[in-house]
Amino acid sequence: MEPASQVILQCEHLSRSFRRPDGSMYQVLGDVSFSVHENEFLVLFGPGQCGKTTLLKLLAGLDRPDGGTVKMNGQPVAAPAPSRGVVYQTTALFPWMTVMGNVSFGPLAQGLSKEESRRRAQYFIDLVGLHGFENHYPNQLSGGMQQRVGIARAYCSNPQVLLMDEPFGHLDAQTRYMMEEELVRIWQEEKRTVIFVTNNIEEALYLADRLILLTDCPAVIRREYPIRLARPRDYVDPEFLHLRQEISRQMDPAQ
Amino acid sequence: MKRKKKYLWLSVLSVCAALGVWELVTDILQLMPSYMLPSPAAVVEAFIYKLTGGVNPDGATLWQHISTSLKIALGGYTAGVVIGVPLGIAMAWYKKVDLFVKPLFDLLRPVPPLAWIPLLILWFGIGYSAKVAVIFLSAMIACVVNSYAGIKQTRQVHIWVAQTFGASDLEILFRVAIPTAWPMIFTGLKTSLGSAWMALVAAELLASTSGLGYMIQMARQMGRADIIIVGMFVIGVIGSLMSGILDLLGKKFVHRGGSK
Repeated sequence: MEPASQVILQCEHLSRSFRRPDGSMYQVLGDVSFSVHENEFLVLFGPGQCGKTTLLKLLAGLDRPDGGTVKMNGQPVAAPAPSRGVVYQTTALFPWMTVMGNVSFGPLAQGLSKEESRRRAQYFIDLVGLHGFENHYPNQLSGGMQQRVGIARAYCSNPQVLLMDEPFGHLDAQTRYMMEEELVRIWQEEKRTVIFVTNNIEEALYLADRLILLTDCPAVIRREYPIRLARPRDYVDPEFLHLRQEISRQMDPAQ
Repeated sequence: MKRKKKYLWLSVLSVCAALGVWELVTDILQLMPSYMLPSPAAVVEAFIYKLTGGVNPDGATLWQHISTSLKIALGGYTAGVVIGVPLGIAMAWYKKVDLFVKPLFDLLRPVPPLAWIPLLILWFGIGYSAKVAVIFLSAMIACVVNSYAGIKQTRQVHIWVAQTFGASDLEILFRVAIPTAWPMIFTGLKTSLGSAWMALVAAELLASTSGLGYMIQMARQMGRADIIIVGMFVIGVIGSLMSGILDLLGKKFVHRGGSK
């Protein structure tokens, strides 16, 4: 599917370095520029531990770049805001709150009434398939269910952009396939702009409208791929496998 | 539950054995003179005497001593909690408060509350105030330390979550950090109640005109070992009752803290 033409989020020449304990600097993000279109499913794919999470934190406004800017709807991003929801790598649910409490946290923090917050939370809890689990605590749920709550929670503050940082990285393979399928279903039902970080090529190809391949430290954009496979996708479709092979070849630093 | 019941006899056995040895060395073998270690029967008798309104040798009934002690302990404890918990939370959350209070606090913390007694007696005399102040100090310190440590356990990712939802700093404190800290804060409430009770009895040994510690002290002067043991027993029972009540409250209010 063609992404809508309107640019919603824009990064220009982002770079970020950190100081090692011994005082020397190491650069995790080179010079990264890209735009994200409305309702596009963009996957940032790259090997190893380097740069991707940092990049996502810059987009969220949880960290400031050393150089470059992030703009959302033309306005520079200076701090975290409800318009950019985040789904985290490890479950970042509040263990002292029920599923309902976790999901309605966002709307409540934004000043919505209790009834309205609960009503909205209920909609997204149902959407992610957790109807009946509203009063469970996170430690009573499986890993996959916890990430469903994480997705519902991010959706519930009605963000324009959803930032997902390897949300399925800690799940077993079976649950992971199921969650990828679920995420596509949820996203097709409630279209948002999604920026999804992963180091799993299958996952990247299954989800992406567009895939940005990042290099290892310092991360810069190596290539961009529009992924035009029809949804729902098939992991063993010849075209899928072909793309997978090509991108894997690109990742090889010897090339 | 079943296992607990099965081995209940072990607990009963230890208590019976202790009582048996006590009976043996006093009434039966008479190894200890009764002015040093009275027999169990004599202690029970003294207990009933004090409980039913006996005022000798210290001039007040057991209930009066208990109520004096409890008033002081709970008064000082409440003040310690009301000041200590918010102070610990503020120190952990606001860097400036931490920098301002920490040096003083670190200096005062190692001073045992009992070491304050001479100074407090100089300031307040040997009445109610001096002892409340000692209890206040000992309770407050435990509350500050535990609340501080609890708030510091707040996970960075939880703060991010709240920030991306647009929560203000104060909202994050109340809806994220304090819930995280709650089990630790509660531990603080428990330990400080224990140390408050112990500090109280010690304070009453030194400076008092009534209270359980005073009762023990007077009994020593009169050579009444039976009353001393009664006093110790009552102190022990009240102490474990209070910690039991807090445990029950804890089960009711803290069970969700569970996993992190």
